[in-house]
Amino acid sequence: MSTVTIHGHEVHDHSHATPTGWRRWLLSTNHKDIGTLYMIFALLMLFTGGLMAMLVRAELFMPGIQFLQPDLYNNMVTNHALIMVFGAVMPAAAGMANWMIPLMIGAPDMALPRLNNLSFWMLAAGGLLLICSIVVPFLPGGGTPVNTGWTLYPPLSLQVGMSMDLLIFTIHILGISSILASINIIVTLFNTRAPGMTLMKMPIFCWAWMVTAFLLILIMPALASGVTMLLFDRHFGTSFFNAAGGGDPVLFQHLFWFFGHPEVYVLLLPSMGIVAHIVPTFSRKPLFGYTSTVGAMISIGAIGMLVWAHHQYTIGMSLAAVTYFMIGTILISIPVGLMILNFIATMWRGAMSFETPMLFAIAIILLFTFAGMTGVMLAVIPGDIQYHDSYFVVAHFHYALIPGALFGLYAGVFFWLPKWTGHMYDEKLGKIFFWLTMIGFNLTFFPQHFLGLAGMPRRIVDYNLVFTEFNAISSIGAFIFGLSQILLPIIIIKTIRGGRKAGDKVWEAAEGLEWTLPSPPPFHTFSDPPVIK
Amino acid sequence: MRVWGNWRHARRGGLLCLGSAFAVPVGAEMQFNFPAPASPAARDIYDIHMLTMGITFVLLMIIYAIVCYSLFVHRKSRGATPDRTFHLSKFARWSWLMVPILVLGVDLTIAGSAENVLHQIWQVPKDEDMLEVKVVGHQWWWEFEYLDQKLNIESRALPPAKAGDHYLREVDNRLVLPTGTRIRFLHTSADVNHAFWIPELGMKKDAIAGYVTETWTVLDREGVFRGQCAELCGTWHAKMPVVVEAVSPEKFGAWVEDQRKVAAAAAAEAASDKVWSKEDLMERGRDAYNKNCAACHQLDGKGLPPAFPPLIAGQPFPAGADLTKPLADRGFFADGKIVLGTVDHHLDIIVHGIPGTAMQAWAQLNNLDIAAITTYERNAWGNDTGDVVQPADVEKARAASHTAAAQ
Repeated sequence: MSTVTIHGHEVHDHSHATPTGWRRWLLSTNHKDIGTLYMIFALLMLFTGGLMAMLVRAELFMPGIQFLQPDLYNNMVTNHALIMVFGAVMPAAAGMANWMIPLMIGAPDMALPRLNNLSFWMLAAGGLLLICSIVVPFLPGGGTPVNTGWTLYPPLSLQVGMSMDLLIFTIHILGISSILASINIIVTLFNTRAPGMTLMKMPIFCWAWMVTAFLLILIMPALASGVTMLLFDRHFGTSFFNAAGGGDPVLFQHLFWFFGHPEVYVLLLPSMGIVAHIVPTFSRKPLFGYTSTVGAMISIGAIGMLVWAHHQYTIGMSLAAVTYFMIGTILISIPVGLMILNFIATMWRGAMSFETPMLFAIAIILLFTFAGMTGVMLAVIPGDIQYHDSYFVVAHFHYALIPGALFGLYAGVFFWLPKWTGHMYDEKLGKIFFWLTMIGFNLTFFPQHFLGLAGMPRRIVDYNLVFTEFNAISSIGAFIFGLSQILLPIIIIKTIRGGRKAGDKVWEAAEGLEWTLPSPPPFHTFSDPPVIK
Repeated sequence: MRVWGNWRHARRGGLLCLGSAFAVPVGAEMQFNFPAPASPAARDIYDIHMLTMGITFVLLMIIYAIVCYSLFVHRKSRGATPDRTFHLSKFARWSWLMVPILVLGVDLTIAGSAENVLHQIWQVPKDEDMLEVKVVGHQWWWEFEYLDQKLNIESRALPPAKAGDHYLREVDNRLVLPTGTRIRFLHTSADVNHAFWIPELGMKKDAIAGYVTETWTVLDREGVFRGQCAELCGTWHAKMPVVVEAVSPEKFGAWVEDQRKVAAAAAAEAASDKVWSKEDLMERGRDAYNKNCAACHQLDGKGLPPAFPPLIAGQPFPAGADLTKPLADRGFFADGKIVLGTVDHHLDIIVHGIPGTAMQAWAQLNNLDIAAITTYERNAWGNDTGDVVQPADVEKARAASHTAAAQ
């Protein structure tokens, strides 16, 4: 498909010596090292957020309050969400973008390497501040913990102690970090592609990140302005969200969801980009509908910006407003459906083999489609009147985000780990990990649909006896799911330390510039641009 | 709990699609679908729920069948050879148009029927009289104001020992409503956001301070319908049940009369000039405290630091300055511990609340209840001040300017 020339790995080391020790990491401007840092950070946060989920499920194992007092329970619910969204999924996807985008488009590095360093270390600072927000209520005089859920709705968020202020600053710092990283990715994609690689020849993962980066730049300011107004209401006597002072508590909800709904696609699209690389590789035929997949991703981003208030059907909007949001939301099924069809049509009449990345990709197609179906149900307002704020919603978005975002990242890890480390991972362990994850995940979240339909609201620390059985099943599933995740770092560490050597083209049918480089690729790559014919 | 509708069969592993007609026995407690509707709107919602679930279920099965077929047939281990030009076929060239048209068709089917239902339930009919009930969410109880009947009902969760099987879903005063009558609810909140939800009535609406939103319903059968607050409202969000008791219009009329008499008797007693003994006040005070105050300050008066202060002198209260400073200003906090301030300040806090904190004003309680609560708090749990507060003292506190206490 393309002819690639790589010169100068041997010769350019004299001009850029490889830094060593702490300087290599702290001062790094190398896209591969920063990508690695992002992913290590994400893995740590994944387990922090996961531990919180385990505490929540332990508390919900049976009726009554056993482990967590209500405020602490609500705090765990809140921080589980924030950590998974801002700490685990977004950084992991950004890490993969850092690692893979320059390799895929034949660039020597990201376009703005110092900005790259800044965005990672701001993320780390934000993570530290978030931990402070969790810890501070345990200290004398530390006030109450954030007990509002990740939505931070006032007036409840105006009642919280200083941990809310720390959280507000955390969101600011994480927002700046995301915007900087997005600028970097957009500049890289527009300016540093190899000669001959037009936008419509760009690998689909790059397209997915292009849409994601634009979304982030458009939505992050809305959240930042919302929490800034919250900060002013809390400390400087304003009444943006206080009805008694002429403000409007619902305004915050609009600002939050103007960010919050596209954020779902921010989490989702990079993973869908990864799936669009894995399915062709293991089906041994080119991606079906490259152009329509790109079009679908852009449409998802565009329509996704315009339907935020479907998270607020119960606030009492006018009939015209809710009708618009309902129809807009249902229409998202069109580009999503097209994308899924393209994946399935890529598998069709292929010659599939089922290595771990492919297993995850198939699971994503099946489970994410299911989440799409419950998504259409939720979009329909009469139904949503019942589903809204019930466990049905909890089940729906975990089916959307765990397969749609997290499993996509897992698939990416297994797909690219041999490229990153130069060693093959343990396929047997990978498959065990996959199946345990599937069993645990479905056991956890499938019963929650029934809980929601039967009338269990979300975010409650304690529940009526009728909900006992499904909650117990869900908790057992969660413990299986949680424990099985320990295999992931084991597999990764094992692969880093050794294993069968991986060749340049790790997978038989892999295509793209990244597979023309040695595994692992040298510290600096593509000093001379490859030419795409 | 009753399992309703034939969806039970469908959900048990998709048995419906396999044409299986037998019902799988399920545990008596397990409920898979919405509870049985008790209003026309809930019935419409149930139907649209079943319709969308049916359509999406069929679609899902078709997609799964295609994927499973492909997974089985198009595998390398079976010697399949990849069709590397499939993405250039005629199907590929037109699929970007075919699929959206197909999906759009499904979308419009669903949206069309949703629109019909939505029009009926979303807007409250304006052409006829309705029974009007104002529903006010409080942290953590509901207030129901029957506007035409001039009746005010406060509804709080019962403690587990009294609630029994209806743990967290039983209240002291139910929302009693007549069947066959159009009822209009007006929703608002006194503090943070809440949401009024009764699954049997197919009704959920947020209660937002500063907003008044409306819903309406007609109950078409008698019964007790249980729901709860659906919007996270802080510490005891899980303890905000809504229990509707649907009765015949005759019974409803009788109930209204009863409630009026009870309210009148209580008001007369509270307004009388009688001087109460300490024992009487302590006994009344314990009941009123447990009902109104114990959600935050707890039955044993120890509070829930750092959110809610203890009421016992000498107890440490490790909280932020946002809470300790207003307490110290009122003489109830010193050196990291709770102290007991003067009776005047105590009454001021109860009558006017502490602005900016979760301590709301309790002016809606009558003088006797406030006097009894204050007496109880100043003598229970080892406080033993010996203070006895009479309703007349509360009347004075109501008149006193609120700013006096902040000095």
